[in-house]
Amino acid sequence: MTTHYLVLSALLFVIGGVGVLVRRNAIVVFMCVELMLNACNLAFVTFARQNGNLDGQIIAFFVMIVAAAEVVIGLAIIVTIFRTRRSASVDDVNLLKY
Amino acid sequence: MGETITFWVLAVVSVTAALGLVFSRKAVYSALMLGTVMLSLAVLYAVQDAPFLAAVQIIVYTGAVMMLFLFVLMLVGVDSADSLVETIRGQRFWAIVAGLAFAALLGLGVGNAVLAAPKGLEAVTAKGNVPSLAELIFTRYVFAFEVTSALLITAALGAMVLAHRERTAPKPTQKDLSRARFVEYAEHGRNPAPLPGPGTYARHNAIDMPALLPDGSVSSLSVNRVLARREAAEGTLAPEILAALEAEDRETEERRREKSEEPARHHANGANGSGPNGSSSDGAASNGAAGVGHAAPDDAAAPVEESRATAPEKGEEAE
Repeated sequence: MTTHYLVLSALLFVIGGVGVLVRRNAIVVFMCVELMLNACNLAFVTFARQNGNLDGQIIAFFVMIVAAAEVVIGLAIIVTIFRTRRSASVDDVNLLKY
Repeated sequence: MGETITFWVLAVVSVTAALGLVFSRKAVYSALMLGTVMLSLAVLYAVQDAPFLAAVQIIVYTGAVMMLFLFVLMLVGVDSADSLVETIRGQRFWAIVAGLAFAALLGLGVGNAVLAAPKGLEAVTAKGNVPSLAELIFTRYVFAFEVTSALLITAALGAMVLAHRERTAPKPTQKDLSRARFVEYAEHGRNPAPLPGPGTYARHNAIDMPALLPDGSVSSLSVNRVLARREAAEGTLAPEILAALEAEDRETEERRREKSEEPARHHANGANGSGPNGSSSDGAASNGAAGVGHAAPDDAAAPVEESRATAPEKGEEAE
């Protein structure tokens, strides 16, 4: 059963990664990042049961906390960029690359 | 057996929802799909002896994080569709190829690993899942836990700093708004009074019934444009409403033509109108001041309603 969970986690992670690469809307990109974090959490929980100790669950808990903080900051940045550029597309934020 | 059934049902649901998240055109659909994935993952945690994480997943992710996402979606514009233009040529294709390759790599890696039967958590969670987790968090991981609190405070402060905006122009008072309203009336002929409510003097007071003028004709100001457009598309728009809308369109067109014919005169008018001693618009402006000052009871709602309408424009000017 462990293998099944790990494959599911890998699939969700890959789908999230493809979403980050393919989508242009910053908010959807962000959602895909959240999906990747969730997939990692599933792997952590699975390994906690596989190895018979609770450390995996605690790491998953910390990942959730960090993800919550990250969402707050990320969305604030998206709103700030939207205010100045009137767009939520990642292609419009191109002044940082020079 | 129960776990296997749960797993297969939720695996199909979560992978489908994840694909929907990536490929749906509308961002709100993506958000709902993400919520579905998170809920099914919460159930999978519960199945795998992690009831505390399942609860946290539902409370933190589907509760707080999804709400934040939806709020920002509403702020940033729900209808902002993705552009289909590829800034890097072949990016979509190669992204999907890379994704498939990565999936194959992970799948083969996990599939080839030889895993013993899961040890299970019965031995370490003898006191129950939550007490055992608490014991670990407050002993071995207590430093990380304390650092987490600092992280959360920093994040909250950062969000406040990022979202805060200083007011660059003074807030328009009721007086400013009423003055602007009558300047607008003098220059563009826009109705300075509150809009008539639908159904005034009519036989029904439903939102789709237009207000009638004293002579019995339809007041185009009271027509809800959204409903009228929908009804026109369905072909159920009442002919008198259509006539009133057409008359108004003709009037605006005429006014625009007049303005383009005499731009110089109009410009002078506008400059005067904004001053206190404007020549032609003076009468209207002083009328407005009187109306606001004496505030007849049925006029009292006017500044409030109009301030709502003009405030966003002001804000944009200030930017």
